Amino acid sequence: MSSYHLDHLQYLETEAIHVMREVAAEFERPALLFSGGKDSICLLRLAEKAFRPSDLPMPFLNVETGHEFPELIEFRDRRAKELGVKLIVRTVEEAFQKGIAQPTPGVVSRNQLQIPVLLAAIEEFQFDCCIGGARRDEEKARAKERFFSFRDSFGQWDPKNQRPEIWNLYNARVNPGENMRVFPLSNWTEMDVWEYIKKEKLEVPNIYFSHERECFRRGGQWLPIPPPHTDATKPDPYAGARPKPTDTVKKMVCRVRTIADMISTGMIESPADSVDDIIGEVSAARVTERGTRADDKASEAAMEDRKKAGYF
Amino acid sequence: MPHSQHPIELLRFNTCGSVDDGKSTLIGRLLYDSKSLMEDQVEALEKSADITGGGQINLANLTDGLRAEREQGITIDVAYRYFATPKRKFIVADTPGHVQYTRNMVTGASTANLSIVLVDARQGVIEQTRRHTYIAALLGIPHLVIAVNKMDLVDWSQARFQEIRDEIEDFLPKLDVFRDVKFIPMSALNGDNVVDASPHTPWYEGPSLLAHLETVHIASDWNLNSFRFPVQWVNRPNNPTDPSLHDFRGLSGQIASGIIRKGQQVVVLPIGIKTTVKDIWSHDGTLDEAFCPQSVTLCLEHDIDISRGDMIVGIENLPGRNAELTARVCWMHQRPLQPGKKYFLKHTTQTVQAVVAAVENKINFNTLEAEETNAPLGINDIGTVRIRTAKPLVYDGYGTNRLTGSFILIEQGTNLTVGAGMLNAPTEAVKPEYTDFAI
Ligand SMILES: Nc1nc2c(ncn2[C@@H]2O[C@H](COP(=O)(O)OP(=O)(O)O)[C@@H](O)[C@H]2O)c(=O)[nH]1
Repeated sequence: MSSYHLDHLQYLETEAIHVMREVAAEFERPALLFSGGKDSICLLRLAEKAFRPSDLPMPFLNVETGHEFPELIEFRDRRAKELGVKLIVRTVEEAFQKGIAQPTPGVVSRNQLQIPVLLAAIEEFQFDCCIGGARRDEEKARAKERFFSFRDSFGQWDPKNQRPEIWNLYNARVNPGENMRVFPLSNWTEMDVWEYIKKEKLEVPNIYFSHERECFRRGGQWLPIPPPHTDATKPDPYAGARPKPTDTVKKMVCRVRTIADMISTGMIESPADSVDDIIGEVSAARVTERGTRADDKASEAAMEDRKKAGYF
Repeated sequence: MPHSQHPIELLRFNTCGSVDDGKSTLIGRLLYDSKSLMEDQVEALEKSADITGGGQINLANLTDGLRAEREQGITIDVAYRYFATPKRKFIVADTPGHVQYTRNMVTGASTANLSIVLVDARQGVIEQTRRHTYIAALLGIPHLVIAVNKMDLVDWSQARFQEIRDEIEDFLPKLDVFRDVKFIPMSALNGDNVVDASPHTPWYEGPSLLAHLETVHIASDWNLNSFRFPVQWVNRPNNPTDPSLHDFRGLSGQIASGIIRKGQQVVVLPIGIKTTVKDIWSHDGTLDEAFCPQSVTLCLEHDIDISRGDMIVGIENLPGRNAELTARVCWMHQRPLQPGKKYFLKHTTQTVQAVVAAVENKINFNTLEAEETNAPLGINDIGTVRIRTAKPLVYDGYGTNRLTGSFILIEQGTNLTVGAGMLNAPTEAVKPEYTDFAI
């Protein structure tokens, strides 16, 4: 290989930086969706590479279901502070109080409820673009997503009516009230993400690494046991997401492979306690990443339905 | 999936062909045989097999992602797939073959190093084959593979294979842009010559498809001639805490072609001022040189008023500059291209207003000849048009530079991307009235 040649990570990096700068140049009020998960951790490094020595020209936005892993929240807040970026957090709980969202009777997961909260935040701050860390290799419907994914004024994705994306010329034009979701990591695979984390020596929350945890078996997955319900004046936010006496409960040596919230993140049994171990594990893995997320299991078209409704 | 070692190259390819030629089966086969299929994908496949595949696992379901497609049984959009072997990483754009979806093929192929055009051995060369081969050539894709599929249904006939090959070679000279063209007889369904060599084709001496994808020479696919740097974003820190950054003024962008070194002379266009690159700044430290397609931040010797859309170029081989342009345009929307109507034209990092002055010709995909016409271009038509822009563009011909020679057309009001354009080479280079920078 000649010295004027990029390897695959350098190629993916320059592509993503180009996309991020297009966002900064073309939109008036962009935001970056930062959850503290491994994909958005890569986004932060890419943003630094795209915009330093200037300040990152966009705030971070995160929607909390209220069922988050505490480690993740701590990490998210700390990273935003270290980078000197304003972090905006909107919660499903608040949305209940304001009447923006209603709990669905019988459904514990608040995954669906993130949609109205996100859309309300977009409206509140007049964001015309949200950068997200989604990758096309995660899931079938994602495989068709564009880098610049247009959403109408209801936040909806229309897979049949996507703007063609040609060369590196991204059409970023939106009318007032419309919105763009931009995915700089579109072409990255799970393996690329971990290799990039290794190459850039990025810090990730410790729940990605092997630790001991009590889990219970449900829907073919090992789900973490939620924190105890202490405030008796309020209903248990995890009601229904706790093990029943008949459920198998086990103390496991495990880690997360992909993070949603505690209710929809399956733990995998794993001794991997370093990035190198994880890379070894991913390369040998027999289950794609989203296979460990309970929210996608429901139906084969689950992701497609959520995206049409305005999901990330 | 194998564990990759650095450095490893990335090859982007797309597949095209008519409906039912076996594109989805082929990609499914590549993923399956290179062991890139995972448990839950197989599980999901088996679940849906009962509905669509009569109880049989359908490899095509792997790439036919959207429900609407599964119901209609056709691929309606571009789907991207990823797999790796110990030799390379691959990004596959599965571009649909339905006649209405040329725009998706253009989308999927525009970033590809290599195109695979599938031909059903029973049907031979049809209009779609010509169309897709032509588009691959038009888009300047360096490498072409003609995959003659379903050879199992023609008894692995060498004569049939040769017949198809002859017919395509007959029209290929009109498309002399490919660096290499490979013909491979295969059965995507059974896996012959996809990953492993087939016992059914003793008469075929070439590599299997995957062996070819792993070894085809792509290192020279990026353009390292004539430095071009469209300015994307002006990097000027607000109130930096580090005093050395008080006067920092960087120009951020992705190098569209060529190599740049610290201390090298450059010209800023369209203003036409010569200056020197003082620093090549990156988050990982300053660089002595940078090359296409790296994203960097340039600091220049002089404080020139430069903004997004300007272009910094090497002092030799200057680009053209004109507001009257001729280009081949692929039209992508039901509403035909309307001469006289105003569109937004996005070229490199700038968007300008443009109006199509006239349609000169349109490609007839049966003859591959450009036929004179002044009728508007309809969806999936490709033709030569004359365009006038509200502001001159600094550009190269698409044939020498894919990134500074391309544009998209955006409909005003709806903001839809309605056309993809490839500029003809400029008739003369820009002649800046160089005033060497002096205050
Ligand atoms: N006999 C035979 N059938 C094939 C072959 N490749 C694909 N097919 C079948 O042709 C049909 C269309 O294939 P599909 O991959 O869906 O085509 P696409 O529309 O190009 O994606 C399916 O029934 C496949 O099983 C092949 O090599 N041999």
